[in-house]
This record gives sequence, structure tokens and C-alpha cells, in this order.
Amino acid sequence: MEVIVISESNGDLLHPVTAQLVGASSSLGGNITILCPGGKGLSEAAEISGVSKVISVEGDCFQSYDSNAWSKALAPHAEGDLVLTSSSSTGRELASSIAAIRGIPVLQDATNISEGIVVSRPIYSGKVIETSSVKIPCVITLRANSYEASESSGKAEISTVNQTADVTISIRKALERAGEKIDVSEADIIISGGRGMGEPSNFSNLEEVADLLGAAVGASRAAVDTWDEIPHSMQVGQTGKTVTPSLYIAVGISGAIQHLAGMRTSKYIVAINKDPEAPIFGVADYGVVATWEEALPALKNELSALLSN
Amino acid sequence: MGVAVLIKQVPDTTSKVSVAGDRVDESSVSKWSISPYDEYALECAMRLKESGYSEVVAITCGPQRSSKALTEAAAVGADSLIHVHVEDSLDSIQVQTLLSAAIKRTGSEIVLCGKQAADTNSGSTGPGIASILDYSCVGVVSEVSVDDGVLVATRQGPSGLEEIEVSAPCLFTFDKGESELRRPNVRGIMMAKKKTVEALTPGDLGVDLGESAVIVNSHSSPPDKPPGQKFEGVSSIATVVQKLRDEANVI
Ligand SMILES: Cc1cc2nc3c(=O)[nH]c(=O)nc-3n(C[C@H](O)[C@H](O)[C@H](O)COP(=O)(O)OP(=O)(O)OC[C@H]3O[C@@H](n4cnc5c(N)ncnc54)[C@H](O)[C@@H]3O)c2cc1C
Repeated sequence: MEVIVISESNGDLLHPVTAQLVGASSSLGGNITILCPGGKGLSEAAEISGVSKVISVEGDCFQSYDSNAWSKALAPHAEGDLVLTSSSSTGRELASSIAAIRGIPVLQDATNISEGIVVSRPIYSGKVIETSSVKIPCVITLRANSYEASESSGKAEISTVNQTADVTISIRKALERAGEKIDVSEADIIISGGRGMGEPSNFSNLEEVADLLGAAVGASRAAVDTWDEIPHSMQVGQTGKTVTPSLYIAVGISGAIQHLAGMRTSKYIVAINKDPEAPIFGVADYGVVATWEEALPALKNELSALLSN
Repeated sequence: MGVAVLIKQVPDTTSKVSVAGDRVDESSVSKWSISPYDEYALECAMRLKESGYSEVVAITCGPQRSSKALTEAAAVGADSLIHVHVEDSLDSIQVQTLLSAAIKRTGSEIVLCGKQAADTNSGSTGPGIASILDYSCVGVVSEVSVDDGVLVATRQGPSGLEEIEVSAPCLFTFDKGESELRRPNVRGIMMAKKKTVEALTPGDLGVDLGESAVIVNSHSSPPDKPPGQKFEGVSSIATVVQKLRDEANVI
């Protein structure tokens, strides 16, 4: 089986999910080629074990993001039996467009892919797992952290193709730069605050814990809607981001069903809430009934002590 | 020129979704609603109409029940309603082919939809349709307006939040927007009930669906997590931190 992995970049670097896409492909026993849109992360991609070829697709269209143009430029080089991307917004858009250009189906947000091809994926925001069989050729997007990353001891052959397409979207101005903080959809540990934080300035307490853990800071919709200082990009839930970190810490969040929709598939959940009846305790692996005013300083102390030795 | 908005009817986000046998049990759904991101698309369509576009056509594809979502769209102002009626479950390319044909029929060069639906959570429909129709595609937008003949949108792109401009024909997929969603008033609801829904079959649209390339084998409930441990008071923080290291191995 010919597998085409479309790499994900993070600025000019390769996003770690790319090595997970290769990990998933290797488990299917495919011959793996990585396409790097705009050549970003090329040398890192070539070091991923199990990859036979890395192709840098270079063209003017890759200067800024235009999903239609990118997929037109990528599609001629994505002729494999299985095309795999990450299930980030960009990954989903490219996957859908390339599938439509090729006239083949796309399945989004797989958490398991096995021979057949059989795909499992959470639907209804994780309330249901769907398992389906799909004929090849097809396109699949994979949820981050679902597969182990392939190691980086490879040395794949690198080649370059020049391919571009007309860009129709022009950027007037950047309103907020990505990447200054760890994004919740990429983080392995997330600490989120809700309305119970009382004031947006109190989120600094969450940031201090986040810094100790290398975590991202998230928020409930009530926090995002109430306080201008808390941007929508931090929102976790039904109308925010869906996250699957290994650890999710919810502070002052009641646990409304729409919030749970975005985080209930986290590997471990810690809840800190002063109300012992708060529904968030229903999904928490470890619940602490306390106010954040008491709990966060204690958490900071314990973590500093633990992580310093 | 008209604006087309694509909407999908899904179980309301507050409704319980349960599995019976190996399929989601639709009869257990207490309330069906327009998928939340599509509501933002609809709101934007109404605002574009207020700024001069001739009409808003709401289009859905799905079983009989989904016609009600169109009536709900009419209650907040959608002018015409198209229901592509299909009872079977479709794969991504089948849905996109049907909706593309319906959009073509309306002649709309501005198409708005949600970035993903609240049931399948996929997000394939918008970008796929844009590729089929060869429209520009702007994903994850929170606002679209018209400025001197060009379309201006705020989007969350890979390099951050940006203001972009683009010309029609273009498809936009909506994230949660900043704007307050309009709610239907009594008059709107009454008018909507009288509005006719144009029901079309794949044949009416000249589409031969063929066979689905995806076969759903089963739906299942996610495995139950072991019951959580709950501690009282701040003194338990030390215990929890230790457990996160020793039991969970996550820190
Ligand atoms: C269509 C739709 C989509 C939605 N999408 C989302 C979404 O994407 N994400 C989302 O989060 N919500 C979403 N919501 C909103 C959701 O229903 C809830 O309103 C929201 O999650 C509540 O946020 P919260 O838990 O921060 O606030 P609240 O429900 O007000 O809870 C605050 C909590 O803080 C606790 N608390 C108060 N003071 C303290 C203290 N000092 N220390 C510790 N704990 C304290 C309280 O006990 C309470 O449990 C959506 C709703 C709808 C209808």
C-alpha cells in the first residue's frame, strides 16, 4: 500500500504530530512518502524512521495559507492508496479538498486505523465511537496523540517538486499571532479556568502552574464570554476546541455537558471546585473539593517540590 | 446575488445520545436542532443580506426530519429553502456532490456553512464543496462582511488570527462568531410555517449517488472510565500530585 503523509508544520518547524502519522502508517505496513507543503520541516521529516521518501512541494502559493490553492498544488503528488494528515483545522481542510479533487472519501479524526481499512473515531463529541470500513483509495485525518511517534533515526531520500496554484485569499492584517503561547489543541497537559476564577486577572495563577508543567491554559465558554481578556482560541468544548491531552486540570469549571464534549476523552482529568456537587466531578479521575484560592498555591508548591528533584 | 447557507440538523447539544444494539438510537434524541456552527453561518448570511445581497437560501441534505431545520432557518429570515432528501447514510463525497449540485442550481456564489457538524464532528463538507465547485475556501472564520465590493473575513489560520479579503465565488466555514444570534419572533415563526420547502431527490439534481465507499460497522459507547477518586479540602493536593506521578504517570 502506498501511503502519503502530509506533514504538519508549526511555524517553520515540523509539528510533532507528523511523526505520529508515520507511526500510524507503519502499523499498517505501508510504503511511506511524506509531502512537505512549502518545504517546511523538510530535514526533520527525513529523519523520521520508516519513511522511504520525502518530497518538498514548493511554490509561491505556500507563502500564506489558502486551502484551495494548497490542495490543488499538493493533490497531483498525493496519489497514494491512503493519504494521511493530522486532524487540526488545516489538516482537515487539506484532507477534505484533496479527497474531493480525487473524488474519494475522507474520514476525519481517527483515533485508530487498522488493516482493512477499518477506522475508529469519536463522534458526538466523544459520546459515541464509530467504527467503519473504508475502501482505498481514501483520505484519513488522525487525532494528535492517538499513536506513538515514529523515532527519528531515519534517513529518507529528499526530492523537490515545483508546483503552485492561484492564491485567491489575501491577508489584510494579522490580528493575533499564533505560537506565542502553547495552544490548547496541541498541548499534552492543559489547565483550564472557568467562571469560578472570579476575575480574568486570576488566570495568572493558572499560568504559573502551566509554566511549571509546560502546559497550555484553556477556559470554559463562560470565562471566554464574560471576559474580553480571555480569547476564544482558549475555549474548550462543543463550540471551542476538542482536546485529548494526557492530563486536563479543570479549575472553577462546573462541567456543563458542552464543556465535557471538548475534554472528556482526556487521559486523566483533575477537577478543582468548591462545590462538591459540581458535575465536573463525574468525569474527574481525581477531584479536589476546595476553592482555587487555596488549591492553586498548594498545587504550585507541591509541583515545584516534585519537579525539582 | 444570493447567499447560500448550508445547515445540518443534529441532536441538540443538551440531548442525550445513546447507543442501542450497535447504532446510535435516534429515537432517544429528545430534541433536534440546527448544528451550532451552522447557526453562526446563518446569522452571518442574514447580516450579509442586510448589507445588500438579494436573498438567503438555506440548504440541507438529510432524512425527512431535517426539513424542520429549514423551517427554523426561515423563522430567522431565510428566504428560500431547499431540502435534498436522502434517507441513507452517505459518505463525504456523496454529500458534497449533492450539496454542490444544489448550490449550482441556486447560482449562489457566496456559500456559508459551519466548520463541522455537532454529530459527525467531521468538517469535510465545506472544503470539499469548495473544491468541487472550484470556489475559494476560507475556513474557521468568525465574521464575514462586505467592504467596497470585496468580502472581508476574520479567520483563525495556521499563523494566527487574521483579517483577509477574497472575492466571490467563495465558501466560508464558520467557527463560533462574535455576533449575537438572532432569535425568531412570533411573526417569524408564523411566516416560516407557511414557507414551502423545495424537496429534491438526487435524481432531480442529476446526481447518481452510486455506492457509499464507507460502511459503518458499529457505534459503541466509549469504555467506562474507572470511578474517580474525590478528596475534600486543600490538604489533599499533595496526595493528588503524588498519584498523578505514581498512578497516572502523567507528570
Ligand atoms: C450551544 C452551546 C454551546 C456551548 N459550548 C460551550 C463550549 O464550547 N465550552 C464551554 O465551556 N461551554 C459551552 N457552553 C456553555 C455551557 O453550557 C456552560 O454555560 C459553561 O461551560 C459554564 O462555564 P463554567 O463552568 O466556567 O461556569 P459555571 O457553570 O458558572 O461554573 C462555575 C464553577 O466554578 C465553581 N467555583 C466558583 N467559585 C469558585 C472558587 N473560588 N474556587 C473553585 N471553584 C469555584 C462553581 O462551583 C461552579 O461549579 C455551550 C452552551 C451552549 C448552549
